[in-house]
Amino acid sequence: MSERIGVRKTYKLYIGGAFPRSESGRSYVVNDAKGRFLANASQASRKDVRDAVVAARKAFGGWSSRTAYNRGQILYRIAEMLEGRRAQFVEELRAAGAAKPAAAAEVDAAIDRWVWYAGWADKIGAVAGNANPVSGPFFNLSTPEPSGVVGIVAPDSALLGLVSVVAPAIVTGNTAVVVASEPAPLPAITLAEVLATSDLPGGVVNLLTGRRAELAPWLASHMDVNGIDLAGAPDDAVTDLEKAAADNLKRVLRPGVADWSAEPGVERMTAFLETKTVWHPVGV
Amino acid sequence: MDFEYAPAPESRSVVDIRPSYGLFVDGEFTDGHGEPFKTLNPADEEPLAEIACADAVDVDRAVAAARRAYERVWGPMPGRERAKYLYRIARIIQERSRELAVLESIDNGKPIRESRDVDVPLVAAHFFYYAGWADKLGHAGFGADPRPLGVAGQVIPWNFPLLMLAWKIAPALATGNTVVLKPAETTPLTALLFAEICQQAELPAGVVNIVTGAGETGRLLVGHDGIDKVAFTGSTEVGKEIARAVAGTRKRLTLELGGKAANIVFDDAPLDQAVEGVVNAIFFNQGHVCCAGSRLLVQESVADELLGRLKRRMATLRVGDPLDKNTDVGAINSAEQLAKIRELADSGESEGAERWAPPCDLPQRGFWFAPTVFTGVAQSHRIAREEIFGPVLSVLTFRTPDEAIEKANNTPYGLSAGVWTEKGSRILWAAERLRAGVVWANTFNKFDPASPFGGYKESGFGREGGRHGLEAYLDV
Repeated sequence: MSERIGVRKTYKLYIGGAFPRSESGRSYVVNDAKGRFLANASQASRKDVRDAVVAARKAFGGWSSRTAYNRGQILYRIAEMLEGRRAQFVEELRAAGAAKPAAAAEVDAAIDRWVWYAGWADKIGAVAGNANPVSGPFFNLSTPEPSGVVGIVAPDSALLGLVSVVAPAIVTGNTAVVVASEPAPLPAITLAEVLATSDLPGGVVNLLTGRRAELAPWLASHMDVNGIDLAGAPDDAVTDLEKAAADNLKRVLRPGVADWSAEPGVERMTAFLETKTVWHPVGV
Repeated sequence: MDFEYAPAPESRSVVDIRPSYGLFVDGEFTDGHGEPFKTLNPADEEPLAEIACADAVDVDRAVAAARRAYERVWGPMPGRERAKYLYRIARIIQERSRELAVLESIDNGKPIRESRDVDVPLVAAHFFYYAGWADKLGHAGFGADPRPLGVAGQVIPWNFPLLMLAWKIAPALATGNTVVLKPAETTPLTALLFAEICQQAELPAGVVNIVTGAGETGRLLVGHDGIDKVAFTGSTEVGKEIARAVAGTRKRLTLELGGKAANIVFDDAPLDQAVEGVVNAIFFNQGHVCCAGSRLLVQESVADELLGRLKRRMATLRVGDPLDKNTDVGAINSAEQLAKIRELADSGESEGAERWAPPCDLPQRGFWFAPTVFTGVAQSHRIAREEIFGPVLSVLTFRTPDEAIEKANNTPYGLSAGVWTEKGSRILWAAERLRAGVVWANTFNKFDPASPFGGYKESGFGREGGRHGLEAYLDV
């Protein structure tokens, strides 16, 4: 009786709810912390970025018009699915170099972060909105609305960092195109499998793996992207990315978080929210 | 019977325009090192005063003064004391309101009715409103003890010179920042009078600095290493330049830029009210309004009737002397702006839209443009896409509500929008779908210090007014 040979996973991109390979046909080698081969990850191209933006734009209308309650339930569902695959993520983080307790703690924190943001879906409006007491006979109400399509350059923290930038962008109704951690892209693609089975509509989150230096500028300069989170952008690239983002006045979230395990504030949500103020006369 | 209006000019005697003005730096008026320039009365092209121009050395000095004031006086001062200075300023603005209104109309060209009844009261209200926040910042939702940013560099436009100053300075000071503000080249006078008001209020030196000049002075200010925050109101083109200049620095940025607002009239709208609203939306302040309702989207079934009433109403608009209390539409602010409006209006004709303006005698001297409406406008026409910033309305029609929303949102801008209908659920439906920062339903061009104002998309980011307006000047 011969030993059973394992079935390996092909790590692909996640665009519009499907798992395509890069249209460029390229891949790059991902090794574990000891330098042993783990997988060939897809090396996404400019065209993949554009396809992902198209998918994100297409998903925006539907996702942003879901009720906040429904979006919260879907984010909570993501936490449930992640919890169910806890062991798999611990293994992936260990392969990327984390010790077992640290890997377990990171997965737990990532699950809890989805739960934390899920609860925000139907509360951020109460915190970021306002009934404005104008000096005249007018009803006047300010409410937050999602900016649209958000580009995210994810940080190196392969799971917790990733979840910490994706969840706040989408919980408010934005859709996202995410460039995963370049050295540790595999947990991102496995997370995509979680997203794909959580009733999250296709296109709400699109995940690309590849070279940040190649992909981030296309995302920053894309005229149909409304905001960009530079959390994982290399320091020497930030100025150029911000300049590119000025072409259509994207909302820019600059890098700056060092510790992803700390409890986040609302800033990552409000960075990609617009305030809409509606006036109406009061009277007959 | 024909009733003629007798002229009803507001007296100029209330203002005392000096032959020349310096920069206001560190609590005093000082000379500038740049080439001085003249500000004109756009209603008669007469020079009003010579204005100092700030060069790099002057901007440097102003920023240093603001930094000193921030570190030594204004930053450490308890909020309740900062508040009292802002209340004082609000009161002095009320006391000197007629003087400010007349000066604004002379320098800007806007009708005295607007400067007196809209601009200046809103200016005082804005200072009064933000004064009250200064000692309550811990309750604003930005943490228990939100900190100011430091020194703010602020650049404002010529369309609402003093009001834009108030929108910039009041929240900045309330939150504990100090400022260096550059008024527009063509409308510096009320900002310089405001500097005198700061002196009367005994505001500590360096808390407010006013540097006059053209685009170059603005570039020097925005690019200065010593500022922590840039706030700009103006064109989208310049806004993008500023965003590039600020890229890679620690400076925070808020931008309030151009617009091409859709004003949507549904078939069940109260037409007389809608006509008044449409007129106010586009002819208020000669259309020099970033949130002007410059695209009228009218439902096909009522288009003819609405346009008939609109033209009759436009024929009653009185264009002329800004200081005449009967004037509805004043002077265009500058020769340059007039040339831009003419060029765009000509493009409307050459691209095939139909131009109409009521018969209207324009003064011989000064910069004037008759209220104008274009019908048969296509979405591809320049007058439907570009911000004209003048009294020119482009009319498009639609058949279904979905088409109205589609056309309204078909622009890179997203500052404001209007909806006219008697049906409540349709208002809310439309308001939800319009990608714009301010939606006026059955009203238009309403402003209030308690109400956040600002754009989506290429109309900029950040909000001015209300609790939201504090965020732009806090380290959050």
